[in-house]
Parts: sequence; structure tokens; C-alpha cells
Amino acid sequence: MQKVFGRPQGLTDLPFHYCPGCTHGIVHRLVGEVLEELDIIGDTIGVAPVGCAGFSLDFFACDFVGAAHGRAQAVATGIKRALPDKIVFTYQGDGDIAAIGTAHAIHVAARGEKITTIMVNNAVFGMTGGQMAPTTIGGQVTTTSPYGRDCALVGAPIDLPKTVATLNGAVYVAACAVDTPKNILQAKKCIKKAFQVQQRGLGYALVSVLSTCPTNWGLSPVDCLKWLQENMMPVYEMGELKMTEEVKAL
Amino acid sequence: MAKVVVLGEYCKSCGLCVAACPRKVLAIGDKANSKGYYVAVPADPDKCIGCGLCGTVCPDLALEIYK
Ligand SMILES: Cc1ncc(C[n+]2csc(CCOP(=O)(O)OP(=O)(O)O)c2C)c(N)n1
Ligand code: SF4
Ligand code: SF4
Ligand code: SF4
Ligand SMILES: [Mg+2]
Repeated sequence: MQKVFGRPQGLTDLPFHYCPGCTHGIVHRLVGEVLEELDIIGDTIGVAPVGCAGFSLDFFACDFVGAAHGRAQAVATGIKRALPDKIVFTYQGDGDIAAIGTAHAIHVAARGEKITTIMVNNAVFGMTGGQMAPTTIGGQVTTTSPYGRDCALVGAPIDLPKTVATLNGAVYVAACAVDTPKNILQAKKCIKKAFQVQQRGLGYALVSVLSTCPTNWGLSPVDCLKWLQENMMPVYEMGELKMTEEVKAL
Repeated sequence: MAKVVVLGEYCKSCGLCVAACPRKVLAIGDKANSKGYYVAVPADPDKCIGCGLCGTVCPDLALEIYK
């Protein structure tokens, strides 16, 4: 018998520190598989966020740098400009990229930096205890919106990929989810494309992945997937939101 | 012939593989790993068709599939 599924070379052997059923782990695996398949493990530098993925630098087999909260794309910009032959990507939570890091998230795309961003949207500040984030869904109960997010008071959630897609420097923007095996495989295709865009130097690429946070949502890992489908997927525009002609030709 | 292998020390007992398996091969077992998680087990191993769905949904790389 042959092994047909197992740990990709793009990950180290270290067990993830994430909570049981947290889909950060699935997104890590997809990135690890893509690094292996594109044969870029030795050429890649990742930038880790602040958030539950703050220690992700130990989980990937490529080089990694940790950034201050929300600053991953600024750090990645510097690395890519100094070392243009390297593949540089950021891995960021929704709070990191769409709250404290919003300015960078917009301007990195406006400048068309030739980097790749993986955004993991679990609709809360996971690491700090599940507070409301700019990505929290209307009505969603969090530790700081105990009666549910009141959009009349605090505004509707930010659909960051949709916003970034309006900027000329962003050449590939995709919004995926890891709720089913089919969508997980689709998310992997999008992540792979986002790295290929950078290999070809075409411009900025962003892949958002709707993800779960069983601990702070207060649901079982299996129920979280259903919650994501019923509550997040109707609110966020899904699919490959933007692809330039050059990207389509990849 | 197909086989699923659970790497017990990686498993966190989340149950996602149990829900995803179309052949009901996997179950949460009654033995805990060193962290105290009750590890998933192939309760009905002969039914495995090696489809890979369990591995695809496992967030902790606790599953290997052989064919
Ligand atoms: C400058 C600064 N402000 C605030 C914090 C507190 N803080 C740590 S993680 C985090 C939010 C993380 O949320 P997210 O990016 O969504 O990641 P998740 O944990 O949900 O994956 C915050 C606000 C910090 N570490 N540094
Ligand atoms: S707090 Fe939420 S996002 Fe963080 S590791 Fe736990 S489940 Fe995952
Ligand atoms: S490979 Fe398919 S049939 Fe076998 S245990 Fe996994 S999900 Fe079930
Ligand atoms: S999905 Fe993975 S971690 Fe979760 S119970 Fe199954 S083998 Fe264990
Ligand atoms: Mg978050």
C-alpha cells in the first residue's frame, strides 16, 4: 500500500497549538501543500500576524518573521522589495488585517505589492477571547456584543476582499471557505493561484478563507461548520472576486 | 484495499473526521493521548475506501491514508 494522504513537506512536525476543531489548522495544511507542490519551501518567507496564528512561524517549513499587530503586510513589503526573488506571504486573522491593520491592507493592494496574503476570517478576535471584530456578522453574539452585533450602532461587517478587489494593484482576489471537503479543495486551488501570481510577478494577491473558532463561538467543531454556512457565507461575497486577464491565463 | 491510520498524539478529538467519513469508518475512541484527548479510531476499518475526506477535514494532520 502507498501513502496517498499525509503531512505535507511545507509544514514542520510540530503539533498545532490551536483549539480542537479550529480550522486555522486546515488553512495551514493547504498552504503547506502548496509550498511543497510549487517547490518553493526554500525560497519562501512568511510573515506571521498577532492573533491565534502568532506562533504559525514554528509550523511552516519555510523561513518566517513575526510582525507587530496588523503590520504583516508592511513587513512583507519591505522583505519583498529588498529580496525580490523570494516568495513572500502574510498569514493574518480578520482582526489583524481588517481592524488594526486596515490601512496596510488597503495600501498594499493600492501599491500592487508583489506579495500574497492569506486572510483567515473567523468573525472574532479569537486569541483575546472572542471580542467583536469589524468582520463580526450582524446579530452575532460575542463577548463585547452580548446582545448581538447592532449594525445600526456599529456598522455592518467589512467585506475586505470585496473592497480590495476594487483597487487596481490587486490582480487576484478570492473568497473561500473550509466548511466542506469540496470547498477546502477549492480554497487550495485559490491559494495555489495566489502564489503562482507572485511567482510570475503579476501583482498583489489576496485569498480570504472563512474559518471557525469553536472556542469563542461556543459551538462544537461540527456545529461551527453549519454556523459558518448559514451565517457567514450569505454575508460575504464568495468565489474568485477578481482576476486580471494575465491571471486568467495562468 | 484502503487503510486509514490515526496518529494519536496529533488528534484533538474534534470529531470532524467522524462527521465527514461517508462510510462511517471513524469514531472517537476511549483511549486518551498524552494531552488527554480521546483519540479517533478506525472503528470499522474494513469499510475504508481511501477517499481522503477525513484527512481533508482534519485540522491537525492526525490522519494518514494508504491505498
Ligand atoms: C498593538 C496591539 N493591540 C492589540 C493587541 C491585542 N490582540 C491580540 S490578538 C488580537 C486580535 C486577533 O484577532 P484575529 O486577527 O482575528 O486573529 P484570530 O485570533 O481570530 O485568529 C488583538 C486585538 C495586541 N496584541 N497588540
Ligand atoms: S481561540 Fe478560536 S481561532 Fe484561536 S485557536 Fe481557539 S478556536 Fe482557533
Ligand atoms: S479515507 Fe474515506 S472511507 Fe476511509 S476513513 Fe477516511 S473518509 Fe472514511
Ligand atoms: S479530525 Fe483529526 S483531530 Fe479531529 S478527531 Fe479526527 S483525527 Fe482527531
Ligand atoms: Mg479572527
